[in-house]
Amino acid sequence: MSTSTSVSAVLAQSEIPAPHIEYGQIAPILVVFGAAVVGVLVEAFVGRRRRYLVQLPLTAVGLAAALLGTIVLAFDKPFHVAAEGALGVDGPTLFVQGTVLVLALVSLLLIAERQQGHFAAQAAALPGSEAEQETAAAGTVQTEVFPLMLFAVGGMITFPAANDLLTMFVALEILSLPLYLLCGLARRRRLLSQEAAVKYFLLGAFSSAFFLYGVALLYGYAGSVRLSAIADQLSRNAGQETLLLAGTALLSVGLLFKLGAVPFHMWKPDVYQGAPTPITALMASCTTVSAFGAILRVYYVAFENLRWDWRPAMWGVAILTMVVGAVIAVTQTDVKRMLAYSSIAHAGFLLTGVVATSRDGLSGSLFYLAAYGFTVIGAFAVVAMVRDTGGEAAHLSRWAGLGRRSPVVAGTFAFFLLAMAGIPLTSGFTGKFAVFSAAVQGGATPLVVVGVIASAIAAFFYVRVIVVMFFSEPEADGPSVVAGPATAAAVALGLTATVVLGVLPQPVLDLAGHAASQMFVR
Amino acid sequence: MSAAHYLALSAILFTIGGVGVLVRRNAIVVFMCVELMLNATNLAFVSFARMHGNLEGQIIAFFVMVVAAAEVVVGLAIIMTIFRTRRSSSVDDANLLKY
Repeated sequence: MSTSTSVSAVLAQSEIPAPHIEYGQIAPILVVFGAAVVGVLVEAFVGRRRRYLVQLPLTAVGLAAALLGTIVLAFDKPFHVAAEGALGVDGPTLFVQGTVLVLALVSLLLIAERQQGHFAAQAAALPGSEAEQETAAAGTVQTEVFPLMLFAVGGMITFPAANDLLTMFVALEILSLPLYLLCGLARRRRLLSQEAAVKYFLLGAFSSAFFLYGVALLYGYAGSVRLSAIADQLSRNAGQETLLLAGTALLSVGLLFKLGAVPFHMWKPDVYQGAPTPITALMASCTTVSAFGAILRVYYVAFENLRWDWRPAMWGVAILTMVVGAVIAVTQTDVKRMLAYSSIAHAGFLLTGVVATSRDGLSGSLFYLAAYGFTVIGAFAVVAMVRDTGGEAAHLSRWAGLGRRSPVVAGTFAFFLLAMAGIPLTSGFTGKFAVFSAAVQGGATPLVVVGVIASAIAAFFYVRVIVVMFFSEPEADGPSVVAGPATAAAVALGLTATVVLGVLPQPVLDLAGHAASQMFVR
Repeated sequence: MSAAHYLALSAILFTIGGVGVLVRRNAIVVFMCVELMLNATNLAFVSFARMHGNLEGQIIAFFVMVVAAAEVVVGLAIIMTIFRTRRSSSVDDANLLKY
């Protein structure tokens, strides 16, 4: 058999050639994983009191160094694949990686906020048990979140760069596994948090099994899991089409699950509501950006010649995602859950950029990702600030009259909501305009019409929150605004980015256009 | 036996796993069904590797095993903690987050 001959051919070589790894090209990924591993060592060897003071700078420096690395790499043209073709280092990937790293740094501000104590000091201690009271009395601070977050971010910057489906699967798991754990670490409302973790874990594992079976079928089709090999096989029109179509469908299930597109969105509201708010902010911004980067790469590189087959399905998913996200959000009474449904609707708007399959679609989606990431982190940071005795006051009725009690915070939140609705002079408008105009050029006008209608529905519930905040009487025992310095800084950064990208979007639009100009390397 | 038989078996195992995830109530059993799906995938990888005559599929199978092991560690930890607070590992009991 040919298998045995190729095996003996490998074994017959006296020396197995070592793979050629371009360490400089993949430095950002290595730096983040390196910092994560050092973080684990810090957990093991540094005293409990000093851990926070060591972990926080370590995490920040790791993320910042990786960001610097991506910026340096962006000037290192021409782009090519690295690590024996396992990773593609190119314009869109570097833009996505840079965006993820910047957003992770902003989320780090929320995670590092000690004043509000979002995380259980010891996740294994039962809520209300003696063990928990002891850790609370000892003043223990949860520091394992930092290495976990670094591992997740490392997976997030590998995911969009993965040039073969095996690397993509491993990156998918590296980004997911720490997030499953982080979801269950909330200090207050621990039952909700743990329930969110279980749901996210079981559904996430289920979806990655689908992803993997899709990879297996595509391997059967092309004889390789390299994206370019699948594209070559497609252009030769060889191989079994059944394997190709079934594999593409199953792979899409896994990818669309991570993005939270309908009908694979059921986890999103539950997880966003139950997870600690800083982690929700991390997931809503960085995971979305990263998953979308991977989706762009898969559909633009591997399945470009199959687009007449996947585009109708993607149309359906995009329409369903926009409409279901917007309509169900109207009935929500929990602010975090409402933002989760709004993020589902935004996933739909982003998918119109995939349907466009053009350079403009790519650059528009990249801009949208950056703009939306900042807005959503800012919004969740505000949610983390509005608190009463039981922790965050997430129920919408508790927000009544917040505009009279704390006009600045309520005004900021209103601005974020308007940006999500896509009001002109906010980043949301520019992003939507870029994506929708690319979709119109790509011949997806009906999709854009649905998108605009869904935006109008979404605007209704955003405005409803604003009305509740500003035009109703405050409750006597209503929540107060507790602004820790780091959280306030995150809100300020989100606000600044939302304003600047709305008023002066051209530099970032140019950057996205520049990143998209050479498309993906193969 | 041709490799196609193994592919059919892998598809059957994957389906059993998928149906198991949807109908079983115990979180541990649901998780075992996910593992069954991953193992079915491994069988498919190895069969395709045999059909194509290259080693890629066999190597991927090893990666999948490692990832599955990592997933077990995280998954059982999460199921354990919720079992300790709720005294139940039924996925139907975890119903605080809805609508």
